[in-house]
Amino acid sequence: MAEVMSEGWTGTHVEKMKKKKKPPKRYWEETENTDRSQRPEEEQTKAGQNQNKSTVQEKSLKRKNEESLEKKDPFPGEAPIPHKQLQKFQRGKKCKVPAGAREKLKEAIAFSESMSEHAQKQAARYDLLLPEDAGFLEGDEDEDTNTISQDDIADAVDITSGSKYFNLHLSQFGPYRLDYSRTGRNLLVGGKKGHVACINWQTKDLMCEMNVMETVNDVKWLHTEAMFAVAQKRWLYIYDSKGVELHCVKKFNDVLRMQFLPYHFLLATASATGFLQYLDVSVGKEVAAICTKTGRLDVMAQNPHNAVIHLGHSNGTITLWSPNQKEPLVKMLCHRGGVRSLTVDKTGTYMVTSGLDRKLKVYDIRAFKPLHSCFLPAGASCLSLSQRGLLSAATGDIVQVYQNVLGSSPVSKPYMAHRLRGQIWGLAYCPFEDVLGIGHGEGFTSMIVPGAGEPNFDALDSNPYRSHKQRQEWEVKALLEKIQPELIGLDPGQLSKVDQASFEQKHKEQVEALGFDPLAKDKFKPRNKKKGRSSAGAIEKRKRKVAHEDQRDEIRQTVQERTEREKELKEKSKEKKLENKSTLDRFRK
Amino acid sequence: MKVKVLSRNPDDYVRETTRDIQRVPRNYDPTLHPFEVPREYTRALNATKLERVFAKPFVASLDGHRDGISCITKHAKSLSTVISGACDGEVKVWNLPKRECLRTIQAHEGFVRGICSRFCGTSFFTVGDDKTIKQWNSEAPGYGVREEPINTILGKAVFTGIDHHQRESTFATCGQTVDIWDEQRSSPIRSFSWGVDSFSCVRYNPVETELLASCASDRSVVLYDTRESAPLRKVIMQLRSNTLCWNPMEAYYFTCANEDYNLYTYDIRHLDVPVTVHMDHVSAVLDVDYSPTGREFVSASFDKTIRIFPKDKGHSREVYHTKRMQHVICVRWSADNKYVLSGSDEMNIRLWKANASEKLGLLSTREQAAANYNKKLIEKFQHHPQVKRIARHRHLPGDILKQKRELREMREARRRKEKNVRKHSKPGSVPLLTEKEKHVVAVVE
Repeated sequence: MAEVMSEGWTGTHVEKMKKKKKPPKRYWEETENTDRSQRPEEEQTKAGQNQNKSTVQEKSLKRKNEESLEKKDPFPGEAPIPHKQLQKFQRGKKCKVPAGAREKLKEAIAFSESMSEHAQKQAARYDLLLPEDAGFLEGDEDEDTNTISQDDIADAVDITSGSKYFNLHLSQFGPYRLDYSRTGRNLLVGGKKGHVACINWQTKDLMCEMNVMETVNDVKWLHTEAMFAVAQKRWLYIYDSKGVELHCVKKFNDVLRMQFLPYHFLLATASATGFLQYLDVSVGKEVAAICTKTGRLDVMAQNPHNAVIHLGHSNGTITLWSPNQKEPLVKMLCHRGGVRSLTVDKTGTYMVTSGLDRKLKVYDIRAFKPLHSCFLPAGASCLSLSQRGLLSAATGDIVQVYQNVLGSSPVSKPYMAHRLRGQIWGLAYCPFEDVLGIGHGEGFTSMIVPGAGEPNFDALDSNPYRSHKQRQEWEVKALLEKIQPELIGLDPGQLSKVDQASFEQKHKEQVEALGFDPLAKDKFKPRNKKKGRSSAGAIEKRKRKVAHEDQRDEIRQTVQERTEREKELKEKSKEKKLENKSTLDRFRK
Repeated sequence: MKVKVLSRNPDDYVRETTRDIQRVPRNYDPTLHPFEVPREYTRALNATKLERVFAKPFVASLDGHRDGISCITKHAKSLSTVISGACDGEVKVWNLPKRECLRTIQAHEGFVRGICSRFCGTSFFTVGDDKTIKQWNSEAPGYGVREEPINTILGKAVFTGIDHHQRESTFATCGQTVDIWDEQRSSPIRSFSWGVDSFSCVRYNPVETELLASCASDRSVVLYDTRESAPLRKVIMQLRSNTLCWNPMEAYYFTCANEDYNLYTYDIRHLDVPVTVHMDHVSAVLDVDYSPTGREFVSASFDKTIRIFPKDKGHSREVYHTKRMQHVICVRWSADNKYVLSGSDEMNIRLWKANASEKLGLLSTREQAAANYNKKLIEKFQHHPQVKRIARHRHLPGDILKQKRELREMREARRRKEKNVRKHSKPGSVPLLTEKEKHVVAVVE
């Protein structure tokens, strides 16, 4: 390059321009070029054998070339990042500089854009350092993966993983509901006939076991492993991990299903009386109680992306709820018969439902449109989606796991299947593990589903290996950034968007907040004058002087404009007339 | 059959010994971090609240003067030294970290009107009501030796202010005229006057060092070049300016503290309209000083408060007051950009933090990172009504609040009246004037 520059400087201006127009060299081009340059050199050396005088110079040239080759970086610039990875960390669209923006604003936008791009690149680069890979299961040739039994899988994998397939034979207190804690370390099972137990399922340590001597409808962990909620026959109870009853919440009666919103510290309950209630577990207050007026609520799911609660009803509709609104946010008709089960994926994009019409449907819940549906002969009583998008469906006493459901292609055959004894009552994937927990009439089964769990956890969010101290630290942090229930809505990113409320709307809100209209004009009050000048007639006259002042101004202006325009038109037409005069016009009168 | 199941080795995730730090593997995948915006908003709200909780700006009070403080100056070289003059002619040299008085000099009879430190820091000058300029050594004399000035100049009239040149051994005083002095001579090199009888403040430009600005009692701010024989130009305002200060980084801007409760930032290239009008005080502004970064300035007012303004904002970001602080006469921003010093009528010098909620002392990197993160969060969500309300709230003494409301009412009434006058007079005869244009009467070249 230096040579080129020096040549350019010594040459004329026109030459310089020509040099500049050359496209910049790329590393692949350079290698070609050097190859090319070497070839004539070789020829030269051949020729040089005849001319001994010039050989010394050529040798030095060659050495120079070799040196430059050594110095060149074969991969110049930053390492490229795959587009897919970059896409993963894209947040929103890029901000465009509005036309006619000021210099300061332009700079600010450019700066913030560059910063976010930098952050995105850094995050995408970090993906390379993630330690674990996801699991998988592949059959041999002409072997269906769904014919592989759990025993075979447990034998094929290492001992610790193999021990993740186990059965708990609990036939006495029959069908079981279950819940995994957010870190995936602990398991909570609740039998219909009152048996509640929490287990560290990996070490198989029993933390507590009891019989509440009442029907148990649902069990749910709260924000940590220290507390869980049990929906019993009449009321909602909260126990600690030792099994000590902490609270009996009598405001929450006949609860059938529960969902815990971990970032809001809200326990949402759906009851047999048709009430959807929210309990703030950090302060112990009822946040909202909504009468859904749709009868018994026994199908419930949460959208982990925006904390909206989905309820399925016996008339085939699904309703979406937030605690801020007494009416459903969305009401969609999904099935011909009643809705049996539903689940939402973690990105909040897809919802999978099953109904009494024995259909399994996948919806895009950003557009509220069905993507595809399939017919399951037995119908699915329970549905669950794993972190990596595997769908498990309980059809009778068989659990089927489907792959690639969340896409546009329809469901074909199951990825895995497992037969159990007794009716299936609860299904849940263990977070960060390749494990599916199944609660059924004969107890509990932990099933290995390779490729179900997210391989790399974020320790600041939920760390399965956290120590006691780390848990305490996390709890304080989580409580500090507890999201207020008012912020629950369909779009969780709403807060970061520009509030483009119209003037009327803003004004309306202001009036509501202040209790009066700050822009309202106070009525004209004529001053009281003496000596009979404040007679009713005189006051009326004075009032009339100032009445409709704005309108009068406007009218005056428009009239003025109109007269001006008319004047212009007249003048124009006059000019036209003058132009069109013919010689005979002079005889006109 | 090929199968792989997630199986983590706990050794990779748990620390080896209890002496290690905990392992915190991260995964920045956005799907693992839902509610990004609401959580960030909650953090921002918390940060804003904590900022107000920790806003304890008052650091120390230096007492010892036996009369109201009339002037303060920073030492040119030493961060920890401050020199103050009182209304009884006493000058004290303070050590800030120890919060003690190092020296006391009975410098003048009557007021000490101005103090300035020489650029090298070896001596400082004082002017007083006794028509003298005295130069003092920065070093205290030995034990038992009387405090004597190095040099005393007897002037013809009372001096009201003094400022030293940035590099050379000349200084400027103001009184009935603006005089430029050489340190070696007992009479001024040059005297400037422009048909006015007295000046209240004179300041050298910190960058264009031959340039001077002064506030005159005929409501004008006058600019001089010491290389010329006559003043350059002046701008006449509605009311008198008390003091002015040059922006140290963009030295074509200066800000003057006016009697009409406002401060005005001028660009010396366009004196006809101030760049910004800073309003928030409810009484005459007595002193102003820029931060060394030139981003903000602090003003002292007769309404017993000091306020900190961003240089390009019309309203203050901070107001400091205490029950015991009376009319604040003088104020200075420390050279490390961390503290503000105020001297008031009731004989105390007060030391304030420039950033009210800042933690003093050495910060660990994590503390620093957290503080930076919080600052950024507050900046990001500053326009949200909840955050804005908390961040803007300042407690004000009752009478100031009352005066503030009164002033607002008066302004509103004036605006209404003007509107009515405009409505009932010939169109164009009553021009619409912006707030900036209102206060400038004329610019004289």
